[in-house]
Amino acid sequence: MDKTLEKTEIKTAPEGGEGAAGAERLIVSSSPHFLDAESIPKIMHTVVMALVPAMAASVYFFGWRALLLILVCVGACMLTEWAFQKYRKKPIKVYDGSAIITGILLALTLPPGFPIFGAILGSVFAIGIGKQLFGGIGFNIFNPALLGRAFLMATYPVLMTTWLEPRTVAKAVDAVSAATPLAMMKFEAKFAPLADLFFGNVSGSLGETSVVAILIGGLYLRYKGYINWKLPLGYLGSMAAFSAIFWFVNPAKYPSPAFHIFAGGAMLGAWFMVTDMVTSPTTALGQWIFAIVGGIIAVIIRLFGGLPEGVMYSILFMNAFVPLINKHTRPRVFGGSLKAQG
Amino acid sequence: MAENNGNTYSLWHEFKKGLWQDIPPFRLVLGTCPTLAVTNSVKNGIAMGLATLFVLLGSNIIISAVRKYVAPQVRIAAYVVIIALLVTVADMFLAAKFPPISKALGPYVPLIVVNCIILGRAEAFAQKNPIIPSIMDALGIGLGFTMSLATMGSIRELLGFGSILQFKVLGSWFEPWIVMILPAGAFLVFGSLIALVNYISSRKAEGA
Repeated sequence: MDKTLEKTEIKTAPEGGEGAAGAERLIVSSSPHFLDAESIPKIMHTVVMALVPAMAASVYFFGWRALLLILVCVGACMLTEWAFQKYRKKPIKVYDGSAIITGILLALTLPPGFPIFGAILGSVFAIGIGKQLFGGIGFNIFNPALLGRAFLMATYPVLMTTWLEPRTVAKAVDAVSAATPLAMMKFEAKFAPLADLFFGNVSGSLGETSVVAILIGGLYLRYKGYINWKLPLGYLGSMAAFSAIFWFVNPAKYPSPAFHIFAGGAMLGAWFMVTDMVTSPTTALGQWIFAIVGGIIAVIIRLFGGLPEGVMYSILFMNAFVPLINKHTRPRVFGGSLKAQG
Repeated sequence: MAENNGNTYSLWHEFKKGLWQDIPPFRLVLGTCPTLAVTNSVKNGIAMGLATLFVLLGSNIIISAVRKYVAPQVRIAAYVVIIALLVTVADMFLAAKFPPISKALGPYVPLIVVNCIILGRAEAFAQKNPIIPSIMDALGIGLGFTMSLATMGSIRELLGFGSILQFKVLGSWFEPWIVMILPAGAFLVFGSLIALVNYISSRKAEGA
């Protein structure tokens, strides 16, 4: 109790000496009450830096077309953002970097051979419907990049599941289509070697194949303090723990937990999409619930659903629950009674 | 609404209001179930709209004719019986004369019974007005509904199949958007059209 009183006094003190210290005027704002040098552009540009290894890996494994897709998505996202802000007579904030990240993340989840017009369509949907219609940055319910991908998945189901082998695999013909490790797991019960999954020498979306490149970026973000360790840990941990149950029961039919967290979009999703500041819960308990349930859903879709990959839908599904989770995991107000909350 | 005196201006007004001011799915947001469910092609949309128009016209005429003899306590039950009779006629007519359309529309023709447009017009208009204005009301609202379904259907068919009324409009360069013939596409188009109608209305209001 003493502590709260003290805090109140400190906060209201400058009000008494009005005008005495102009710089120390009482700042009234919503919580949390501290100022920092952080800003949206700074955070976003750090995230772009963290995505550089994954982008480099995509260019290494899939060639210059990967870079073209990334540039097209980023350009289309920024243009859409600009057009919406211009039309709605809002301040133009294209350069805050959030549209750039949406563009990069969307591109990284596309198949390498995806047509350019489709990439543009997905970017316009991601920013236009997924973000600006909800009111712009900070107001979107769903992760815009994943929403764009979900739209493309429903719009061009065939093109979105036509995969190319990475260039680094020795082959006779150029650009043969190849099943992803998850599709081989699901439809042919063949498990790709973990080393290939770790370095990214498998077919799949542009930026999801190389676990090591994503880990470098993710750990860099963690080092910078921009992502909450609970989210990726909870997501990957629950995927591993839940898939381990099936693996112990029947290792011939179900792949190992390591396969699950290395294959498909699990890494990219866990480090860059589950951790989206806007679309993840704000409370510690809420973040655990969000991440753990999301991981379980992803494994359920992978093992028992109609699609080989479940990361995208698991994250979008949990995004929808974030307001509810936030509401019911609100921590007790300091000094408030146990019963009075809610 | 007061008893209508039946002059030409107000009759025209009763007809016209259903085409824009009270256009069912977009302004009243009534009848959204068929609007979302059967508009994956223009043909289905128009067929559904005309079936609804027929039922609405018949129910408005009958309900308006018997409006002084139905006790208020049982009016909803009476209306539902009248509407169900007309729906059965429409359903059997479609099944006999246009089997493919009847098959494509599936359960949505019988479901016209619970379409809120029809019961809504009975409650809000036909039970308070004479037959002639009720006919104009039914024609306006019914045509507005048919137009709405045709608009939804043409957007979805154009983007989902590249065609309108099964006539290829977009060339082979166009990769159809499968999402548009799925339920998600219905919601996307519906939301966009409501936004467009609201936008035009607000612009009109500003200009007036």
